[in-house]
Amino acid sequence: MKIELRHGAGGADTAGLIDSIFARHFHNAVLDKMEDGAVLPRPAGELVLTTDSFVVQPLEFSGGNIGRLAVCGTVNDLSCMGAVPKYLTAGFILEEGLETDTLERMVASMAATAKEAGVSIVAGDTKVIEGNGGMYINTAGAGIRPQGRCVSAANLCPGDQLILSGTLGEHHAVILSSRMGLQTSLKSDCAPLNAMTEALFSAGVSVHTMRDITRGGLATVACELAKASGCALAIEESALPVSEGVHALCGILGLDPLTMGNEGKLLIAVPQADTAHALATVKAVPYGENAAVIGTVCAGSGVTLQTAIGGRRVLSPLRGEGLPRIC
Amino acid sequence: MKNEQMAAYLTHYRGRPLRLMEVCGTHTSVLYRSGLRGMLPAQVAMLSGPGCPVCVTPTAYIDRLTELSLTPGVCVLSFGDMLAVPGSKLSLAGARARGGRVGFFYAPEQALKIAAKEPKTCFVLAAVGFETTAPVWAVLAETILQQGIQNVRLLTALKTMPLAMDALCETGDIDGFLCPGHVAVVSGSESFRPLADKWKKPMVVGGFTPELLLRALCRLLREAGERHSGVWNEYPAYVRRDGNSKAKAVVARVFETGPACWRGLGVLAGSGLYLRGKYAALDAGSGALYDDRAPEGCCCGKVLTGALTPQQCPLFGKACLPEHPVGACMVSSEGSCRITYLERGDSL
Repeated sequence: MKIELRHGAGGADTAGLIDSIFARHFHNAVLDKMEDGAVLPRPAGELVLTTDSFVVQPLEFSGGNIGRLAVCGTVNDLSCMGAVPKYLTAGFILEEGLETDTLERMVASMAATAKEAGVSIVAGDTKVIEGNGGMYINTAGAGIRPQGRCVSAANLCPGDQLILSGTLGEHHAVILSSRMGLQTSLKSDCAPLNAMTEALFSAGVSVHTMRDITRGGLATVACELAKASGCALAIEESALPVSEGVHALCGILGLDPLTMGNEGKLLIAVPQADTAHALATVKAVPYGENAAVIGTVCAGSGVTLQTAIGGRRVLSPLRGEGLPRIC
Repeated sequence: MKNEQMAAYLTHYRGRPLRLMEVCGTHTSVLYRSGLRGMLPAQVAMLSGPGCPVCVTPTAYIDRLTELSLTPGVCVLSFGDMLAVPGSKLSLAGARARGGRVGFFYAPEQALKIAAKEPKTCFVLAAVGFETTAPVWAVLAETILQQGIQNVRLLTALKTMPLAMDALCETGDIDGFLCPGHVAVVSGSESFRPLADKWKKPMVVGGFTPELLLRALCRLLREAGERHSGVWNEYPAYVRRDGNSKAKAVVARVFETGPACWRGLGVLAGSGLYLRGKYAALDAGSGALYDDRAPEGCCCGKVLTGALTPQQCPLFGKACLPEHPVGACMVSSEGSCRITYLERGDSL
């Protein structure tokens, strides 16, 4: 069956769609009440809120899909603030012509990813617009930050070490290869990272800053952190983990792994004394096995890369469009 | 030599001052990304040449594309880099915002799939490039005719490099060339021999990894420093003396040479490739697009010929920025102005 405008009209067709797909897959005690809003217990600690919209093309790609991405993106934003992600809302904008089977696969994937991340999808909305069978998802997320966790882009200090939680560029490479019709064995790294961030806090690591590396890549994130903290970042090219597949694609297409997007990687800044412990902790959790120390925070400003061949390069944020609709 | 030895040779070069040109935009990009540009000694200047297809495309070509995109029933498809290049009135992105139909592709073959979905729309493909991409466009033109595809046309701006390098030798004081490796894969390292013989300069074909580029730079410094002339192939894994005969054959079947306008160099006879014979029916008006009125103050033409560095253009970093480029060299990811601007690192 294909989605038609009637599915978004708010009547029986909308209710049918909600019952047959959304309620069935997202099912939990709060959502099942089907009220106009989710009533949630008041948390202890600080409430952290975030929202993100997902418009990736194609909807399904090697290693993930728009549904998994919509959960991971919001969970990871909360996690990077030191929060424990708890609740998500999901808003769907569907284009007429979308196959309900496709929609159901995306929703099932969201449900599975939410379960993996330990979050509940407690409210939602669906609209249908004219179009060509596409779909877009907005997720908002609420998390609770326990007392004493002070994680912020402004917290970088000279002497901090930078840990990258894994290899660069997979998600970007997968989306690009898919659009170009290239056959590769690459998989998107799209993953929820809250287990990784919780492991760091549980291990007693004094985390100063965490950021997930998405559009714009490591170079853009590093420049943002340098600016927010008033510090300089020095990165070692030879320490950067890049998979063979991404390296090969970059060689063919003239891409730079430093400005390619991921959807399951963190840049983490910790005091020097905690570095070895933090690295071992990240490497021991899922999605962290290729983590590496990639650089240092220094006094000054801007981001420099010590290149593998012995040169030095100033890194700038990605400019211009990059690759459109990557997440 | 090992990488460390080559790096030491490069940084410790104390021979005569040299003005060398990297012709290819990808070389410009790798020189920056690898940090090699910063390792060069003060007396060696690397100038960026006319090897970025977006940068050398004249204004008249952009104007023709925007005009087509605003024509009912026509959709222009282009490489993404071309969308922001200013025409005399509009860029393709500007035309799109005013109702023009403009799409982009990552590889030209994709354009046929897009066109197949809308048989009543005429798709005009912006076929830009050098020797490297010409075979791809030639195969595409053959496919269009073989399959009887009715709704695809090409607006070509295809150029061949040696004649532009010849013009540069005539006007500039360049001591040697880092020759474009991708071009040489198709045309062969010997395609640069006549230039080396005529102008008594070293022509070094280089690859695109930092290591290969370092190797080619060391060779170029050594040969140019000692005023040697000749052709050196430092990209032998991919470049043969005579190039790729199959690729050359398909280009010869589909294209004939003609005059082409290069931003900064003007019209150079025989440096363009145009659809020939039965393929000419696919042409969307590519001939005589010579007008290259640059926006006021824009020095892209001088930057592309090594006469000015990007920083010497009065608009650089002021009126002309990556966010709102005035000249094509600030648009393309291989444009020397854009690369230089981002290299300064104070652009956040």
